[in-house]
Parts: sequence; C-alpha cells; structure tokens
Amino acid sequence: MTFAITQARLRALLPAISLVAVLVPILCLQPATMSYFGSSLLLNLAVPIVLATLAQLAIITVNDLDLSIGPFVSLVACIGATLLVKQPWLGVLALVGCVLAYAAVGALIELRQIPSIVVTLGLAFVWSGLAIVLLPSPGGTSPEWLGTAMNYQTPWIAAPIVWSALIAVLGHLLLMRTSAGVRIRGAGGNPRAMRRFGWSLVRSKATLYGIAGLFGVLSGLSLLGLTTSADANLALRYTLLSIAAVILGGGEFAGGRVSVIGAVLGAITLTLAASFLAFLNISSDWQVGMQGAILIVVLSLRVMLQRGDHQ
Amino acid sequence: MSPQTSSEVRSDKEATVALAPRSGWLARLKSVQAPWAWSFAGAVLVWLAIALIFGFSIATNVAQTALVYGVFMVLVGLGQMLVITSGVGNIDLSVPSTIALAGVVSMHVMNGLNGQIVLGFAAVLGVGIAVGLANYALIRLLRIPPIIATLSSSFIIQSLAITQGRQLPPPPAALGAFAAGRLAQIPYIALAAFVLSLALALLLHRSIYGRRLSAIGQNSRAAWLAGVDVHWTRCIAYVLSSVIAAVTALLLAAVSGGASLDMGVEYMLISIAVVVIGGTLVTGGKPTIVGVWGASMFLFLTNAVLNAVGADSGVRSVVYGLLIIVVTVAAGGKALR
Repeated sequence: MTFAITQARLRALLPAISLVAVLVPILCLQPATMSYFGSSLLLNLAVPIVLATLAQLAIITVNDLDLSIGPFVSLVACIGATLLVKQPWLGVLALVGCVLAYAAVGALIELRQIPSIVVTLGLAFVWSGLAIVLLPSPGGTSPEWLGTAMNYQTPWIAAPIVWSALIAVLGHLLLMRTSAGVRIRGAGGNPRAMRRFGWSLVRSKATLYGIAGLFGVLSGLSLLGLTTSADANLALRYTLLSIAAVILGGGEFAGGRVSVIGAVLGAITLTLAASFLAFLNISSDWQVGMQGAILIVVLSLRVMLQRGDHQ
Repeated sequence: MSPQTSSEVRSDKEATVALAPRSGWLARLKSVQAPWAWSFAGAVLVWLAIALIFGFSIATNVAQTALVYGVFMVLVGLGQMLVITSGVGNIDLSVPSTIALAGVVSMHVMNGLNGQIVLGFAAVLGVGIAVGLANYALIRLLRIPPIIATLSSSFIIQSLAITQGRQLPPPPAALGAFAAGRLAQIPYIALAAFVLSLALALLLHRSIYGRRLSAIGQNSRAAWLAGVDVHWTRCIAYVLSSVIAAVTALLLAAVSGGASLDMGVEYMLISIAVVVIGGTLVTGGKPTIVGVWGASMFLFLTNAVLNAVGADSGVRSVVYGLLIIVVTVAAGGKALR
C-alpha cells in the first residue's frame, strides 16, 4: 500500500483538519489557553455538546433527523434542577420515562413510516412545553453530586478533553467494532436488506432512538452540572449545533454513513469556534452571523473534497 | 377548486391500483384523497365548540381575530409549502430572520411616509429575492444540506437585521390603516392572503411551473430525465418562500405598529406545522393550499381555546406538539416508499 493522499483519506482527516484550523488561531491569540486551566475553561461546555452530538448521530445513523434534541436537553436540565433535587426517585423515573418515550417514538416512526423531521418537530414543542410547565422561570439548583462530578479534576490533561476522548473511543468501538453496531448501522445503510435478513427494523430504530434519548439525558445532566441552574431555553441551539457537528464530522444524511470520532471532533470544533469569535472582539451584532459564516465555510470545505471524490 | 380536481385524478389512479374497490359510502370516502379536509374539519369543530361554550358573538369575534392573526400563519405556511414540495429534505428555516430583516429594512426605506410605501414594498421584494437566491446558492453551489444551509444563512441575516434594527421609524399611517381596514367584516389582510393563495393555486395547478415543481418533488431524477430544469425550479421555490416571508414582515409590522427583530421567531416551527397538519406531503410533490388555511385556522382557534381556559404557554406548546404528532401518525406514510 502506498501512502498517497487520496481524496477519501483527506476527507476522513477533514474533521481533524478543521479542528486544527480553529485551534491554531486561538493559540496564537491567547497562548494561555494551552495550559491545563485554560483548556479546561475553553472546553468546559464541550462535554454536553459532544453528548448531544452523539444523540443526533444515533438518529442520523438510521437516515432520520432529530429536531427536538435541543429542547430535550433543556427539559432534562429542568428535570434535573427541580425533580431530581426535591424528589430524586420521581426525577429518575421522569428521566427513564423520557428515554422510553424516545424509543417509542423511534418505533412509531418505523411502524407508520412517517417522516422523522415532522415527528421530532412535534416532540420539540412537547419537550419545551413540559420544560416551561416544570420551570416557568430560570432557576432551580443542580444536585450536589452532579456538580462534583462535572468539576472532577483529572491529572495531567483537563477533564473535558479526557471525557470527550473517552466518549469518542467508546462510541467508536461500540458502533463500528461490535456486531450489534454493524446491525444497527445496516438499518440505515440498507433497510430492505436488513428486513429480508430477518432483523427487525422497528427494534433497531427503537434501540437507536433510545440511545439518542440516553445521550440526551447525559447531555442535559452534564450541562446542568456546569451551569448549576436550568432554564427552559437553556440548550435550544443544541439542535443545530449537533446536526452541524455530525455533518462536519463526516456523517451523511443518508446511508448510515457516520463517524463517531469525527462527530466528537466536529462538536469540539464548533465549541471552539464560538470562543474564537469571543477572542476576536467582534461586535456583538455580528457574533451570531459569524457563527453562521464559519459553519458555511467549514461545511463547504468538506463538500469540495467530496466533489473531487466523485470525479 | 383546483385541489379537488387533482384529488379526483388521484382517486382515479387509486381505483386502477386498488385490488377491488368495495362499494358503500365508507369505501368511497376512503378512496377520496383529500388530506386538507381533516384540518378544515378540525377548524370548524373547534369553532363550533367555541360557539357552544362561549356563545355565538364571542365565536364571531374569535373568527375575526383569526382572520387577522391566523393569516400570518397562512402566509409563512404557503412559502414553506412550496419549498417542502420541491423534494425531500428541502426546508426553509430562514423564515424568522427574513421576517426580521425585511421588516427592519422596509421601515427604514418608508421612513413613516405614506408616499414611500411603494418603495418600501419594492425593498421588501428585494430582500426576499436576495435571501432566496442566497439560500439556494448555498444549497446548490456549496451543496450544504438545506436544513443547515438555511439555518446558517438565517444567522447571518439575523446579524444583518440587528445592525439595521436601531431607531426604527414607525410604519406609515396608510399602511396601518390598511392593516386595520375591513371589507364587509373581512380584514383586508385576509383578502390579500386569499388573493395570494388563488395566485399560488393557479401557479401550482394550472401552470407548467406547478407541474414541474410537483414532478421534482415526487422524483427529481425522473423529472430531470424528462427534461425539467430541477435546480431552476427548486431555486424559484426558495425565492418565492423568502419573498412571501418578506411580505409577511411588512404586514406584521403594519398590524403591530412597528417592526421588531423578534417578531418572526415563532413562525419558524409554525410554518412547518401548518404545512404538515394541512396535509401537504412532507416528502414533497403534493402541496395543498386549502390545507394550509385549514391548519392555520385550526391551530389559531385551538390556541384561542387554550388561552380562554387559562392554559399557560407550556401547556399550549405541549398540545401543539401532540397535535402535530397525532396528525402525522394518523396520516401515516405507507404510500411514500
């Protein structure tokens, strides 16, 4: 095998390249970010985003799209800040119920052959409505153990980096290296073949949606551990961030083509991009606009490589 | 009306495909494919419920309000319907920011003067066309999936609107008078939306463009092989959607006495919701304008009822969401694949 830089190899490297492209300017502007403390500050909010991205990835694996993950993460944070503190048992029960609801929705989507975008759009209304009912105004407190867990100091390397790496490797092994993972990806790659082979698509989809719900719960709890109080609109932007991170990481909307490691890198890149804008001292009017611009630039890079691949 | 004719054509097709068309009115009812009828029936039922519980005069009042505020849902829904019809995965999430930008720009251009309303209208059209073209350029040239492309562009548009959003002059008096005016109890705004709907119905069901749009929505490759310019057709759908959103902004500003940056926020999800509940195929190729009207009225009236019984915004949101899910599940999608 020669070590030629093919388009395909370049494309697989793209998440890493775009991460470096954002990281280098940040290091030039603020060298202090390289320290243990600096990187921990910079990447603190990456952990919930990484988890939300993996939730989205689970759904994109079966060619669906989850428009409700942002409101869902907010809802979980609200449950954590209210029920989980006052009546821990009820809180746990509510969270388990949420995960089961996700799995049920997945089964429903496959059973009735309905478009996921619309169903999850409806779910988005439901989640944010429940969050408002639960916590009408921002507030609540994070359970103590959650704050302790999120502020745990790892030796040598900052905790967010360790957690992200751990999640990426575990997820990669589970989805790419186990037979269950292959089966689940097959449900997205070639559903008809899977059905003829005797695997239940309903079960695959319910499993993946359940996994998405589980990651959504983890994301919401880790976010609550960081912010220590919740709000019904806390994580609405996670919907877009998670979709963009999966696509940035080399995932496709169709065909069950996803990359766990790529998606985690994509989520970190997007987190850093927000900090990068803060370092640049851009006027607050353009903060949102620049995020859109960065998203467009990075995604078009990926597409250009793909186009070369087709020729 | 034209949707009926198209449903008749469809039911003819159904008859040839169906195994053995059973006799009886139930079977006949099932064979008539009129997805828009459900939302309409829902709207009428909710209205009747209001009339029964709160009395006829209040119900008339509610209907009048629905014809002003529900119409905005119709307008954004119509634009979204065109984009969704242009094929699976196509969606326009830049509606709220387009409304913000168009509102802000038109207020500046008109500067509160009656004489410059025409200029303001032209500016609104310009904003709509520019946004639509930019959206489609991202989708086509950079091949970014529509959902991300329109959301990213909406960020930029929102920022543009923020930079222009300071010291806004109020809308001209004549525009305000138009927004409040009525012709035989029907608000001008509702009439304007009705005229637009008629024009769109002609475009969709009686023009070549409409056929092309349905064709690329049903199977873009087949349409391409048949000689349809897929990209141009889809591009026009995006432009029309943005233009309609921009015009909606002008009307919204006129009704509420001024443009604000967040006046379009709620319309992102609602525009999609009314299209779906109205019975337009989410996978593309089969729009229904009547359905958008029915769904908008249905959602507005449901909202009014929930308000009347004292439900807070959280409960309303949950009911909205459950409605969307139940309608989608009930409609099912077996025919899609």
